[in-house]
Amino acid sequence: MTFLSQVQAILWKDIRCELRSKQTWMSMGLFALLVLVIFNFAFDLRVDNKAAIAPGALWVAFVFASLLGLGRTITAEQEKGSMDRLMLCPVDRKAIYLAKLLGNILFISVVEIIALPIFAALFAVPLFTGELLPIVLLGTIGIATIGTLFSAIAAATQARELLLPLLVFPLIVPVVIGAVRATGALMTTSVNEPPWLGMMLAFDVIFLSVSLLTFEYVIEE
Amino acid sequence: MSAPYLEIKGLKKNYNFKPILRGIDILLDQGKCMALLGANGAGKTTLLRILACLTKPVAGTVRIGGLDIGQDVQQIRLLVGFAGHQPNLYDELTVLENLLFFGRMYAVKNARERADTLLQRVGLARRFSERAGTLSRGQLQRLSLARALLHSPGLLLLDEPDAGLDDEGIAMLEELLREHAAQGGTTLFTTHNFERAETFSDQICMLSGGRVVYQQASSELEAGSVRLAYQEALR
Repeated sequence: MTFLSQVQAILWKDIRCELRSKQTWMSMGLFALLVLVIFNFAFDLRVDNKAAIAPGALWVAFVFASLLGLGRTITAEQEKGSMDRLMLCPVDRKAIYLAKLLGNILFISVVEIIALPIFAALFAVPLFTGELLPIVLLGTIGIATIGTLFSAIAAATQARELLLPLLVFPLIVPVVIGAVRATGALMTTSVNEPPWLGMMLAFDVIFLSVSLLTFEYVIEE
Repeated sequence: MSAPYLEIKGLKKNYNFKPILRGIDILLDQGKCMALLGANGAGKTTLLRILACLTKPVAGTVRIGGLDIGQDVQQIRLLVGFAGHQPNLYDELTVLENLLFFGRMYAVKNARERADTLLQRVGLARRFSERAGTLSRGQLQRLSLARALLHSPGLLLLDEPDAGLDDEGIAMLEELLREHAAQGGTTLFTTHNFERAETFSDQICMLSGGRVVYQQASSELEAGSVRLAYQEALR
């Protein structure tokens, strides 16, 4: 069985399980919407400060909602014991990581697709430009890459719900800063902005490589 | 004389510095079935988990089908079929989808055909389209057995396979084990039932405190000797 068909089989299984249980998508989506609504009421939004507040609010909603889903990546399988069954199979551990990562990117993307129009309406910002797509994509990949790896580490501990944000937040700071600033740049005409997209891309590549190389040691006892 | 299919020498395992296995030596020939007896905490499940490559020993060697567990992990995973104490299936997938998923993981040729045959054998053919989460404990155990046999493993590891099974299920299990042995498959299973251990197996091995305290061929057993040895081990 080829590496790609292993990835495909695990991803298919995860999507099918999630479509039927609806546990993760629903809670992630609702949480993202709640955060956006709360931010909308909490801040005094005026035309002149929107560009400073809105991108931060958007990415805080995405990050928090993502962590809800990321926390379930390995934990849900470990609680049911099905992770052991998966580990029994003669499957490349990188294939397990990649399938879980792709699943997470997909789940987070769905939440983002639902949350973005609501965010645009609530904050009255014109965000629907083609330039937003690579920002959201690279930001999502960065969060999911680290979140998937660390969900495996956290799943092996007792205080997994507490530990995951503590491990993930500090590491995703660069990608979140990049995403917030790049999103903000779409709303204003700023000069001398660093190449945020390039930085996010570099971050994603580095962490994806590190995660692929280390996942086997993290997941095996 | 050919080498044993399963060869365990000086196997040790600790959890948090507490010794669980203190030097296990077991030899089992191809096509033979061994029952592993022992009180709770004797180390039976830990031993099976090591053989299934789910956990690593701290010392000792294990060879399965001539392959070393420390070096040939992926090849050994292909040789081993494992059904744990808990079924651990995907509740959201149907009975058939569960088997087909693992069929893909083990690259089973004609997985659909094989899954259909096994579902027929374990009495779940009519429930193939139902979600695993709706099955009873006994039915899940049957499905777990089918999954363990799906890729026709050389070594079948069963952790209390009789748990939750009714009389018909026990008879089915015995038949499956005999068929597996007839096809040259080797089996190691744990149980708390002495009669079942004597009936199903060719050899009986008893663990106590992480050590083998009794090992005997089933054919050479005297009436009540296993129970006596068990009570002796518990003292």
